[in-house]
Amino acid sequence: MKVILDSEQIERTLDNLASRIISDIPAPVDITVIGIRSRGEILAQRLSSRLSKKLDRDVPCGTLDITLYRDDLNSPQGATQPQVRTTEIGFDINDRIIILVDDVLYTGRSARAAMDALIDLGRPKAIKLAVLVNRAGREFPIQADYTGYKTDVAPGKLVQVNLVESDGKDEVVIE
Amino acid sequence: MALIRKSKQFKWHRKHLLGLRQLSAEEITYILDTAKGFEQISTRSVKKAPPLRGKVVVNLFFEDSTRTRNSFALAASRLSADVIEFTEKVSSVSKGETLLDTARNLEAMGIDIVVIRHNAGGASVFLSRNINACVVNAGDGFCEHPTQGLLDVYTIRKIKGTLEGLKIAIVGDIAHSRVARSDMWAMAKLGAEVIFVGPPTLMPAEVKQLPVSVSYSLDDVIEKVDVVNMLRIQFERLGGNPFPSVREYSHYFGLTVERMKKAKPDILVMHPGPINRGLEMESEVADGANSVILQQVKNGLAVRMAVLFLVNQAAALGN
Repeated sequence: MKVILDSEQIERTLDNLASRIISDIPAPVDITVIGIRSRGEILAQRLSSRLSKKLDRDVPCGTLDITLYRDDLNSPQGATQPQVRTTEIGFDINDRIIILVDDVLYTGRSARAAMDALIDLGRPKAIKLAVLVNRAGREFPIQADYTGYKTDVAPGKLVQVNLVESDGKDEVVIE
Repeated sequence: MALIRKSKQFKWHRKHLLGLRQLSAEEITYILDTAKGFEQISTRSVKKAPPLRGKVVVNLFFEDSTRTRNSFALAASRLSADVIEFTEKVSSVSKGETLLDTARNLEAMGIDIVVIRHNAGGASVFLSRNINACVVNAGDGFCEHPTQGLLDVYTIRKIKGTLEGLKIAIVGDIAHSRVARSDMWAMAKLGAEVIFVGPPTLMPAEVKQLPVSVSYSLDDVIEKVDVVNMLRIQFERLGGNPFPSVREYSHYFGLTVERMKKAKPDILVMHPGPINRGLEMESEVADGANSVILQQVKNGLAVRMAVLFLVNQAAALGN
């Protein structure tokens, strides 16, 4: 097990992501942040509070459950049974710029599922992908717009993002 | 915010939903938690999600139904399955043979999930033993109507937060009611105290072996219960003279405005539908502030989506 980001580095990475998002998106456009359950949800909340502070206005934050849109639901090799949870987006996503947040971008399959799930909720102006860790190994033509930390980890390894809210501690480790 | 998943290890493994009697409290809770995630599909702009894409669901109803049948059809469509309405009525052929024949025909059509309603108790069990598809019981004889039981506890849990410690009266024709039985199993397993209320002639013979208490007077229990579920008098099933007259039944066991005055202010009034207005319940009560009858119907859709999703998952993962 190797720690690639400690709690301080995670904080700094999130600050950095927030600054880049703000400099990238023109001020009058409504930004909203939507996190993919479950680690993306926590990161989205942290990101939206940073954006709210920096912009001095409320940046709404929602949570997306992508279980029903996964592409491995009917394949036996996806033997872990995902639990369906709620999608909680309390605002209209039409014509907004959505910052879609996940902890790790790897194959790109979750991002694909998330885009399909979002489009069933409305027609956003744009969807931008922000991830804490960007890992090599894409299986779909999907890339991140905002990357916190980039790494080339061998396919057999696991990149685990632990967060205080869900795991008691902030750190990113390779197992 | 507590985000740690407590139920992470839990795995749903049943490819059939035949009744609630054999389910554990944990399994019932898992279905209810799953159903929560399906509620919002019905409220958004595209009322459809893809998990049953390419699957075929058959509505195999040997008894009349509007609510349950439409609810299952809509639930299946909202999950992107194709739905076949099988409208064969029971003929003079003995039930076992008809069912088995039907089952073989269905198999040949390459279907994935059968939703069956039948007037013979155990029909869904029989079917599940003879075909490879998933089987969901939509009501069998006087035995079980599991999705109704689930939607009832879902509705109660959603409003009251928990069933633990609640007192629930199920009133009316218990003997002929599969709803009463499925409700009882689910409610008792989730920690509620269930009271069957009705005339002795409409109590099931085996009532002493069930996890319920019995009362022959609605007036005795109405003050102390948190939920009252009024069953429909099923004239089509009643033989003999279980009560002297409809007026007399209504007088003793009807939920009237007068009786409601004695009830707790936050009592939930439920009914599985269709209502005989003025018989088991006065219109003012059915449409009153305590009535959650239409919420039951709405929640039924989410619960049925969850059930179809879970049985298909269990089948897909080869459990």
